[in-house]
Amino acid sequence: MANTPAAQGKNTLERRKKMSDFRYDLKHNKTLLFMVFPSILYLFVLSYLPMVGIYYAFTNYNYQGGLFGSPFVGFANFKFLFASGTAWKLTFNTVFYNVIFIFGGTALRIAIAIMLSEIIGNVFRKVTQTIIFLPHFVSMVLVGVFAYNLMNYETGLINNIITSLGGERFDFYGTPWIWRLIIPAVEFWKSTGYGTIIYLAAILGISEEIYEAAIIDGVTFMQKIRYITLPSLKPTFTILLLMSLGGIIRGQFDLFYQLIGNNGLLFGTTDIIDTYVYRVLRVSPNIGMGSAVGLYQSVIGALMVLGSNYLIKKLEPENALF
Amino acid sequence: MGSATKYTRGHATFNIVSKAILAGFATACLLPFILMIIGSFTDNTTVLLNGYSLFPEKWSIAAYELIFKYPKQVVDAYKVTIFVTAVGTAIALTITTISGYALSRPTFRSRNKIALYLYFPSLFGGGLIPWYIMMTQVLRLSDSIWALIIPSLVSTYNIFLVRNFIRTSVPLELFESAKIDGAGELRTFGQIILPLITPVTATVGLFIALGYWNDWFLSNLFITTPSKYSLQYYLYNMLNSSKALQELKAISGGDISIDIDLPSETAKLAMAVVATGPIIMLYPFVQRYFVKGLVIGSVKG
Repeated sequence: MANTPAAQGKNTLERRKKMSDFRYDLKHNKTLLFMVFPSILYLFVLSYLPMVGIYYAFTNYNYQGGLFGSPFVGFANFKFLFASGTAWKLTFNTVFYNVIFIFGGTALRIAIAIMLSEIIGNVFRKVTQTIIFLPHFVSMVLVGVFAYNLMNYETGLINNIITSLGGERFDFYGTPWIWRLIIPAVEFWKSTGYGTIIYLAAILGISEEIYEAAIIDGVTFMQKIRYITLPSLKPTFTILLLMSLGGIIRGQFDLFYQLIGNNGLLFGTTDIIDTYVYRVLRVSPNIGMGSAVGLYQSVIGALMVLGSNYLIKKLEPENALF
Repeated sequence: MGSATKYTRGHATFNIVSKAILAGFATACLLPFILMIIGSFTDNTTVLLNGYSLFPEKWSIAAYELIFKYPKQVVDAYKVTIFVTAVGTAIALTITTISGYALSRPTFRSRNKIALYLYFPSLFGGGLIPWYIMMTQVLRLSDSIWALIIPSLVSTYNIFLVRNFIRTSVPLELFESAKIDGAGELRTFGQIILPLITPVTATVGLFIALGYWNDWFLSNLFITTPSKYSLQYYLYNMLNSSKALQELKAISGGDISIDIDLPSETAKLAMAVVATGPIIMLYPFVQRYFVKGLVIGSVKG
């Protein structure tokens, strides 16, 4: 089949076109190449070159030896991380929090978007929206300040209220399990308002006619939400869900580090891959081990993105990343 | 949805319940800010004796006086953050828009390959440690103010936002007529396209500026000279030094009297107000650009 002259001609033409894309641009689109060059160079230096450092993961890195002079140890770093249980604990914590963030967060966002779109009174809607959007704008340092103000043992507002009601002070910064609740609460506090916008836009996109027809058919208000609004949000929901599943092994360093910092007492329930890698770099240098965890995260992360993109392609082809 | 519309009973109930929930959530969002402001105006001894409260017994502006008594450090941190935000945003926005423009041109045959090249690092990379070694050992950026600017200069996500916006909102005929008029790519970009894409440049610019303003991590990683600390890192440092001292005090069983040297409790909050003030002031004006950006971002080009 490929031997017919027409097909052959098409093949060579295609091949030539492919081969010469770059040469074509070099000749005709010099300016465009020049315009995109800063980004290309930047990523080459700060993203592609550091990939060489993946090699650290297989060495017992020391500063005298540097990248290629340090002893090569094969998969020893990985073996140690998994055998000691560190890798499992970090993976569990990272995924655990992300699952709560994704599912809890999405449910909250959808609920609040529906409430905002259906309440009566524009002023109330505007004011509420402005306020719940505010936490998105402040730095995580400030979030850490807030948390500390509310929860510290001696002067925190919560302990203040507890004692004034005659209760015992609660040691938040010494109680690991409670952070499994606090961290998601803080995340929801910071990102729900912002995350609501996209669902709000989707609700506004639902055609008014569908609602009107439904009302003529005599559906009740709750039926309207259940059978029209919620199904209309499904495409947005699916895409955002799959995209966030792609990032399920990447933790929010800022959030965890500002809330917990180097408080080792709480690491059991709060240490995620990203905070561990940071500590390995800054607090107790062990470049080889840190690189190994980073590489493990990067590989799983890439697989997750490819997997979720594959699913998006199946379900909503026009929203696939590539 | 005029007020003359008669609402069904279901809707009326939903309205009341929703408003109660939304009001509760909005209060929770606002409360820490109010607590911060009230705390910063509370008398320090009152805080040490009674803890933080929404209705303090004694008010005071001593915390602000303390901060501005020796304002050099705060002013330095402000200078650093303003410089980093202004210069960083200007450079990043230039790179982002010209790259997005080039990638949006259908006549640019390598555009998809280049887009893939730009996207790949968000999928897979060496991680924090090799990047850190690149920044410090190869580029020698330790303790340089450029270490606060360079890491956020190029974001593939933002480049794609600009590209998609041009693709979906600028008609192709415009490029053709520009070409017929003899305008080169740079002139087409600068004189014709740039004025048309202000919604996306405003949004992306604000994304970038907010990132620079709120950054503490890069100062933490690279900066050792206190006069080069960014505002947020200065705040972070102030909190942590006092937290560490408190822990030390707890360990020593109160033997060591370091209360005098502690940055006073309320001064931390006053500093938080000083560091966050500009954001909260600007927030109502820029809010809509962020909304727009999310909506633009959700349109796939």
